[in-house]
Amino acid sequence: MGKRVAIVGTGQTFHKSHRPDVNGQELINEAVQRALIDANLTMKDIDAIVIGNMDHFEGINYVDCWSVDGSGGVMKPVIKITTGGTTGASVAIGGYHMVGSGMFEKVLIIGWEKNSESDTTGAITTAFDPIWDRQVFAGAISGLAVEAQAYMARFGASERDGARVSVRDRKHALNNPHAQLRKEVSIEDVLASPMLADPIHLLDVCPRTDGACAVIMASEDSAGKIAPKPDWIWGTAARHSYAYVSDADYGRLTSMERCAKEIFKKAGIREPRKELDVIELYQPYSFAGLIWIEDMGIVGHGEAPRYVWDGNTDMGGELPINPSGGVISCNPIGATGLIRCAEAALQVMGKADARQVPDVNFAVSTGFGGCWWTDMILHGKMKPN
Amino acid sequence: MDRAAIIGIGMTKIEANKHRETFADMAWEAVDKALNDAGMSIGDIDNVVTTSSDFWDGRTISCMAVGDASGAADKNISCVEGDGTYGAFYGYTRALSGSYKTTLVTGHSKGSQCISSLITNAAFDPIYERSLGMDMVTACAMQANAYMHRTGVKPEQMALVSVKNHANAFKNPIAQLPMHITVGDVMTSEMIADPLHKLDCSPVSDGCCAIIIAHESVATKFRQEPIWIRGLSFCTDSFFFGDRDLARSNALVQTAKAAYKMAGIKDPKNEIDIVELYDAFTYQELLWLEEMGLAEYGKAAKLLEAGEFNLDGSLPVNASGGLLAGHPVVAAGLYRISEIVMQLRGEAGEHQVKNAKTGLAHGVNGLCGQSHCVWILDKER
Amino acid sequence: MSENFKGIEPMIHNSKINVPYSWWAGDTASRFFISLRDQQKIIALRCGKCGKVFVPPRKVCPSCFTENTEWEDISSEGTLISYSVARRQFESIPKDKKVPVIWGLIKLDGADTAILHYLDGINPGEVAIGLRVKAVFAESRTGSIRDISHFVPVK
Repeated sequence: MGKRVAIVGTGQTFHKSHRPDVNGQELINEAVQRALIDANLTMKDIDAIVIGNMDHFEGINYVDCWSVDGSGGVMKPVIKITTGGTTGASVAIGGYHMVGSGMFEKVLIIGWEKNSESDTTGAITTAFDPIWDRQVFAGAISGLAVEAQAYMARFGASERDGARVSVRDRKHALNNPHAQLRKEVSIEDVLASPMLADPIHLLDVCPRTDGACAVIMASEDSAGKIAPKPDWIWGTAARHSYAYVSDADYGRLTSMERCAKEIFKKAGIREPRKELDVIELYQPYSFAGLIWIEDMGIVGHGEAPRYVWDGNTDMGGELPINPSGGVISCNPIGATGLIRCAEAALQVMGKADARQVPDVNFAVSTGFGGCWWTDMILHGKMKPN
Repeated sequence: MDRAAIIGIGMTKIEANKHRETFADMAWEAVDKALNDAGMSIGDIDNVVTTSSDFWDGRTISCMAVGDASGAADKNISCVEGDGTYGAFYGYTRALSGSYKTTLVTGHSKGSQCISSLITNAAFDPIYERSLGMDMVTACAMQANAYMHRTGVKPEQMALVSVKNHANAFKNPIAQLPMHITVGDVMTSEMIADPLHKLDCSPVSDGCCAIIIAHESVATKFRQEPIWIRGLSFCTDSFFFGDRDLARSNALVQTAKAAYKMAGIKDPKNEIDIVELYDAFTYQELLWLEEMGLAEYGKAAKLLEAGEFNLDGSLPVNASGGLLAGHPVVAAGLYRISEIVMQLRGEAGEHQVKNAKTGLAHGVNGLCGQSHCVWILDKER
Repeated sequence: MSENFKGIEPMIHNSKINVPYSWWAGDTASRFFISLRDQQKIIALRCGKCGKVFVPPRKVCPSCFTENTEWEDISSEGTLISYSVARRQFESIPKDKKVPVIWGLIKLDGADTAILHYLDGINPGEVAIGLRVKAVFAESRTGSIRDISHFVPVK
């Protein structure tokens, strides 16, 4: 009844704000070639391709069909999964089910985006209902600002608490050659940077990036032969509810809470704070690094600022978050969730180089997007039962 | 490998303009119908896969519009962008991977809300091709010309597909365009893009369809006799028209073979009782039949003329009226699957094909059939 | 549900999405377009492994999955593989083109793939697969596929 699935290889581009030297499918090709090399496989070994991005960022319809030259998909099964910002995580989850079902042995998963090719805010605004929401919605940042305001009002947090998260992630990015932004910032830098939407400053949020990521999954039948230390997928979950902006419970990420409960229960994880070793959190802005780890069950409501200020989520801390530098350091939207997955995989596989957290047994990667949606994946060193 | 079956289907009527309904309204209708059909409540659904297109809906994250209406508020959910047969494929893998037992799959589109020419023009490569201004219709005209040149098939023969399918639609209560027309009517209808006349082309319609896929361990728990998924496969060809032979469809040849192999079918012409395929244009019914091995290449037109693909023929094709009688993009493949399910259950009413035991449903993605998905369904396990 | 809404006319909200795009052509396509613009020459890329010649040029060979590095000149003459004639003025057709508009799939001599472009200087009824055609360059060229204006039959 279903096979166990592991990640056996990953590849990423060196993400940049603009990649004028390549078009979208050429960008995809770079990540794919790297993943194949990482897994020591050729395109002939790949049985199916799952690919995702957000259409309106590149303006290419049937993009799974368009990109076959770069993805290696010619005369292969190619399918597109797209769920907004969570796309990168959704394609990983897609690959997991495609392999787990027994239909395909080795699946190549691709997430990518060339944000430099479009007006990101203009495109994101089309996500919202044209009758009720679109005319008042001013892009992703406005929604996030409402959440931050609500959290600050409910739990007494401050702008400085948000800034401390930015400082952490921007410092972590120095260890990650793939990250777009690799320069440290200080609390003062963040607070002095231009205010975008109260209380979110420029340095509290993610950049726009051109980048691609590719992950190869295989079933238990071949995973061990391909990778010496595969990254086993212990569980996946997604909650994509709320169709209207006003439906959400601002200050609480309900979808994260539900995903975490489901995954941890299934895996038998009772104290995530103790049992998880690293988290790659899809954190599009700093405050999310406080609010959403509470909803994940790492610490109680309102306790995250203290937890973060005490250094627990820094490298060397009790539970490092975003050793890669996270989304604030790099955000090719359709790839971002997959990059979190790939980074978590690198941690479990022991291939994370300068950003390696020692002795990783369990890792979590998440995706965020849409109308307060969460996708979550639990990665483990051991094969699941 | 474990098996899965389809245990519920729900279709809205296919209409030119559902001006009273939003995407969510359509989704609710289709899902509600599917649950009733299956004798299930929403609590029996373990996870949901929606199928939608950001381009056709004019919304990035188009799945947002239908998630809640599909009962997915606190369920695991994902979204496939492509034809409904692809969404259903993913839904199938999710019923077999061990995480879930039942998957609800939906697909929707409202052609009435968009300018299809601009939407399909956006499928062309923005760097080398898009500014030339082709769209799905002019592209398929190019394929029709290639096919006709290679096989010698005449426009009058292609027109017969339209005559057959529009006539079939009279017996299908949800079809949009039941019409009694002649070959002459097709040939004198407006020439849209040589050789395609207006009546050679499907409309762009509104519709939503939902199906429920269940793992074998729960497939017999509910109201319906399960219709078993014997084989399924999909495959994508090269993107640029100039990289492939438009008069053929290698991707379909390969994927049909894979589906037959998985289903254990050695002689598709004799073992398959009924076909619902993606007839967006008349010539496609002929070309797809041939590339699926159900007719010799270039010979489907002769079989059509002899009545072989009629409702009472040896291999009924598109007894529902097909897409020519109503084409809700994206949902199209799910309607094909649902039609086959109804036929195999013996519930197709006036357009029932006698003794239908094994059926083939087919969907297409991309320009000129770049990508194909084939499903083999059966009454028996 | 429709009972509740009897006698109520549905409202229609008209809107248009305006998302501007500027696609990076990438180095490969750029080189192709620069050659069209500055030299009125069509160039192609050859795969070092299988020898396939790509027009329009492709950075990576889709079959061998290796980078193509061998540029070569290609003839501006070729054979018509298929064609399409628009009779209806579809919204996708550029404003400067009035129906009937003819597109052709043209295999230039020496290429293994065919290129999509316009046919002109010919009546739709005279177009036939197998026709020999030749590229005509535009007077004013900007570095795009329309630097080739169209293809005409070779006399």
